Amino acid sequence: MKIIILGCGRVGATLAMMMDRAGHTVTIIDYSSDAFQRLESSFSGQTMMGDGIDEDVLRRAGIEEADVFIAVTNGDNRNIMASQIAMKVFSVRKVICRIYDPIRTEVYQQLGLEVICPTLVGAELFREAIEKSLETSTPNPAAPRTR
Amino acid sequence: MYIIVGGGGQIGYYVVKGLLAQGHEVLLLDKDSRRVQTLSDELGSAVLRGDACEARTMDEVGCNRADVVIAVTGDDEDNLVICQMAKERFHVRKTIARVNNPKNERIFTKLGIDISVSPTKTILRLIETEIPHHTIIPLMTLRKADLEFVEVSVPAQSPALGKKLATLELPVECNVVLIVRGQEYIVPTGESTIEAEDQVFALVKGSSEAALRTVILGATSS
Repeated sequence: MKIIILGCGRVGATLAMMMDRAGHTVTIIDYSSDAFQRLESSFSGQTMMGDGIDEDVLRRAGIEEADVFIAVTNGDNRNIMASQIAMKVFSVRKVICRIYDPIRTEVYQQLGLEVICPTLVGAELFREAIEKSLETSTPNPAAPRTR
Repeated sequence: MYIIVGGGGQIGYYVVKGLLAQGHEVLLLDKDSRRVQTLSDELGSAVLRGDACEARTMDEVGCNRADVVIAVTGDDEDNLVICQMAKERFHVRKTIARVNNPKNERIFTKLGIDISVSPTKTILRLIETEIPHHTIIPLMTLRKADLEFVEVSVPAQSPALGKKLATLELPVECNVVLIVRGQEYIVPTGESTIEAEDQVFALVKGSSEAALRTVILGATSS
């Protein structure tokens, strides 16, 4: 599969390495060349410097042949705009967008974007962890018992 | 009308000033507190510090009763989201966005923004109109029909010289509606011919502009 990842931050770089190792063709875009230092030296995909909401940059990255487009820059709005360009202008089959703001997540899900909201996912994981610890923890013997 | 403007730069400032003078209820939002301070010295309570992309802010300022939302920040992605959020979440009827990168004008229209204004493109067009140059000058865009009303001045080396309109390989979605020759004007038929220095006015589909260019200006002109 040909995968384009926009944003070479921690998530973008980690995902790029994973997909590259799994044998996919990966192109990763970032506007700063420093960001590509997050990639390991074994990365065999392509890196491209440029503005991810510029359709010509996306075209040069090969978006017309891409099967998957992932938007994980640190700006919600940038991810939203790039994802919509990928979806509506280039008809990429699978577009996934990261949005931190839960409200924007809801609105753009309604508009048909596939969104991952780390805020909601993270909060949910914390909640589960807390509940699990409440279920399994043995009662503190020092605590007064009410029965 | 109640109008919310996002982005308090030069454009936002003058837009708000104009709208206030017209008697509208206007609210200008900007993220930068220092900029807001400067703006409110002159515009008073029409200015508020806040992010027009944030639903909570927009909720507080009563976005659901706004008639128009105008996004004029320097970032296209922010302008897009301000307008889309206003439309989808607050059901604002009309959204207007500034487009900083002229390439995004088409994309904004595709993504549901009612009106997108590109200052860069406007300036370029003014220059094209004012500086004589054998090219296609867009006079007016009929956005919904994707039609342009254009003017072409015919160069002396035009491949179309002396040929009847009917024999020119004009694109299907192109209609020559007027030819101006000196002081005269001609409402063209298939029998009309084109001469050097003619002003040709045509309605043309956006995608056929290049074909019209080739027919009248020749393949090498751009």
